[in-house]
Amino acid sequence: MSAAKITAADAVPSIAASVESNVAESRRRRIRSPYPTWFFVPTIALYVVFFAIPTVFSFYFSLTRWSLFDSHFIGFANYVQFFQDPQLYTSFIHTLIYAFLTSGSKVVLGFLLALLLTSPVIGRGYLRAVVFFPVLLSTIGVGILWKSLLDPFHGMVNAVLGWFHLPQPGWFTNPSLALYSIAGVDIWKGVGIATLIFMAGIVAIPHEYFEAARMDGAGAWRMLREITIPLTRGATATVIILSLIGGLRSFDIIWATTGGGPGFTSDVIASVIYKQYQAGFYGLSTAGNVILFLVVTVIMVPLSYVLNRRSVDL
Amino acid sequence: MLSRRATKVVASFSGAALLGAALVACGSSNGSSGSSSGSTTISLLAGGNDPAATKFANDMATAFEKANPTITVKVETRPGGTDGDNLIKTRLSTGSMNDVFLYNSGSLLQALHPDQTLQPLTNEPWAKDITADFKQSVSTSQGLYGAPVGTTFDGGVMYNKKVYQKLGLSVPKTWAQFISNSEKIKAAGITPVLVSYGDTWTSQLFVLADFANVSAQDPNWATDYTNNKAKYSNPPALAGFTHTQEIYDKKLMNKDFASLTNVNALKELATGQGAQYPMITVTISNVLQSNPTQVNDIGYFAMPTESGDPHATVWEANGAYIPKTTTGAKLDAAKKFIQFMYTPEGCSIQNSAGVPAGPYAISDCTVPANAPALVQDELKYQQAGKTGLALEFLSPIKGPNLEKILVQVGSGISTAAQGAALYDQDVKAQAQQLGLPGW
Repeated sequence: MSAAKITAADAVPSIAASVESNVAESRRRRIRSPYPTWFFVPTIALYVVFFAIPTVFSFYFSLTRWSLFDSHFIGFANYVQFFQDPQLYTSFIHTLIYAFLTSGSKVVLGFLLALLLTSPVIGRGYLRAVVFFPVLLSTIGVGILWKSLLDPFHGMVNAVLGWFHLPQPGWFTNPSLALYSIAGVDIWKGVGIATLIFMAGIVAIPHEYFEAARMDGAGAWRMLREITIPLTRGATATVIILSLIGGLRSFDIIWATTGGGPGFTSDVIASVIYKQYQAGFYGLSTAGNVILFLVVTVIMVPLSYVLNRRSVDL
Repeated sequence: MLSRRATKVVASFSGAALLGAALVACGSSNGSSGSSSGSTTISLLAGGNDPAATKFANDMATAFEKANPTITVKVETRPGGTDGDNLIKTRLSTGSMNDVFLYNSGSLLQALHPDQTLQPLTNEPWAKDITADFKQSVSTSQGLYGAPVGTTFDGGVMYNKKVYQKLGLSVPKTWAQFISNSEKIKAAGITPVLVSYGDTWTSQLFVLADFANVSAQDPNWATDYTNNKAKYSNPPALAGFTHTQEIYDKKLMNKDFASLTNVNALKELATGQGAQYPMITVTISNVLQSNPTQVNDIGYFAMPTESGDPHATVWEANGAYIPKTTTGAKLDAAKKFIQFMYTPEGCSIQNSAGVPAGPYAISDCTVPANAPALVQDELKYQQAGKTGLALEFLSPIKGPNLEKILVQVGSGISTAAQGAALYDQDVKAQAQQLGLPGW
């Protein structure tokens, strides 16, 4: 991959992270750091060399027709062409569906699993490991694994459905189902990290609150609504931000399972950009990455601001 | 594009040990220190990383080292398809390309800017022996840059001769005959047309292998297409799209079309579970590995046409190239290596490690008598003069999304007309990115 391409996509989480840390920073501004500033130099040098400089270059190369051998400055022609891409509109809709579906599911499922796994259930340690395990796997590996499990004719899942005479859908091959199947795999893989964050949030709530509420006669439902949910808002914000950014930029799992297919029915913006890159349209795909970067920023910066302000207000 | 996928899928041309990547660095440093003592090390980048490509490169390197004890050849493999394209472009643009690399000819080669990046091979002793078509596909106005690797091959329909015999069918010339044959095959409980969208590149054959027919009807089509005048939305080129749709509409394909892979489709063709498969003949080497006893049950016919005068679409052989960054003793050794491929020993390795899927592009090597049966079918078109080059050797433009668009057409997601219009748009994007005049 070209350096510029990596950067434009990878700079996105660092933006969101810096938004988060800026908010935290303003709260901590008065506290003097015990470490000298020059401790930052190695990190900053790496950041500048591998992120900042390539990012600036990528803005330039997005304005060129670039064959890796030479580049011609062509103004905004790449942007014009990118917005004329016949797949752009559908892939943008797919991206939003995918991002909000996976993010929402991870929040709900992650929270429910965290509630379960912080309560005294049998085999809690084992269950925690099981839920977290998919997070440790390589995304491409997960994609290949599920592609084989969900194969419409030879896959294990459809074989089991067949025993019970249930319909055996073409999970990744049915045009109207493919995107949702991939979202399902993404949720399976990513819910562990959401659960972990929620568990940390729930465990951090002081026990006194629950005891006091119980003394006042609050039931389990009331305690959940009045104590657990409000006091894990910080965790919720983190899960939403991380999973939404991940969903908007999602590429690897889609590429490993369907490659955006059948046809273009599970294409997202990132896979459209990758295909342009594959075709040797280096300038055009860099322009696409700049746009993806802007889209993610436009969605995430206000969202991150709102979510973090609320957690401060509490 | 089709033929570079073929390179990966097939087995023809080059390859190497997995350790190659790690060894190349050591290899080149050894080489520079070694050349003072009279020995040279060159590195060879294979045409893919599948077993046959790997075997081809390793066998050729071993035989060459035996004949030239002072030269060591380190073999390295690479991914096929578009990942391979990017790897090669990156290496050439950063000056880190292997001393010899194996790659497609035609429009993919032109995208490497050969005048700036490759050593001219115009005055090599073998250059006079190559065919005019191959010469055109590896040359620019300034010189010849590539040496042929393996044979040319055809695109069209591969079919199971035993099924045809059993049902008393004859090779179709018109599209209507092809459809009526297919209906009869379907009635006999055999898959009439194998469709394998599990490997999306295979969706393109009805269009790409029809190109010799398009050229036969309109000899200027490729030039007009490059000049933004001829479009896929109009006949004669539209036929490939409508044929793709018709197979779906008439349910003449296998049920698992969306997930079947190329290798498994070839197995079904060899065993007679499927009767016809629009394909490039170079894939026969996979059948040789999976169903060696049934290789000769498979025949070939050119893509049938409305008019009934089918022409075989020919893909040129892949090429071996030397980058400009290879100089001095390494350049001499690299040129020696390429020359070795056309010695009797080199030719016999080309015949054994790759499977001949058509005639050679160089007169020094000949197809052996025991070549797969479908090669004989291909030669008939050659002898009758009913062949034409694939579009990728006649025009630099190939839209990157053709395979996906045809999956849509062939799976009933969109119509042939919609698909062709979409592809014309895709072609426009490619032409604009190439900076061609008139777009």
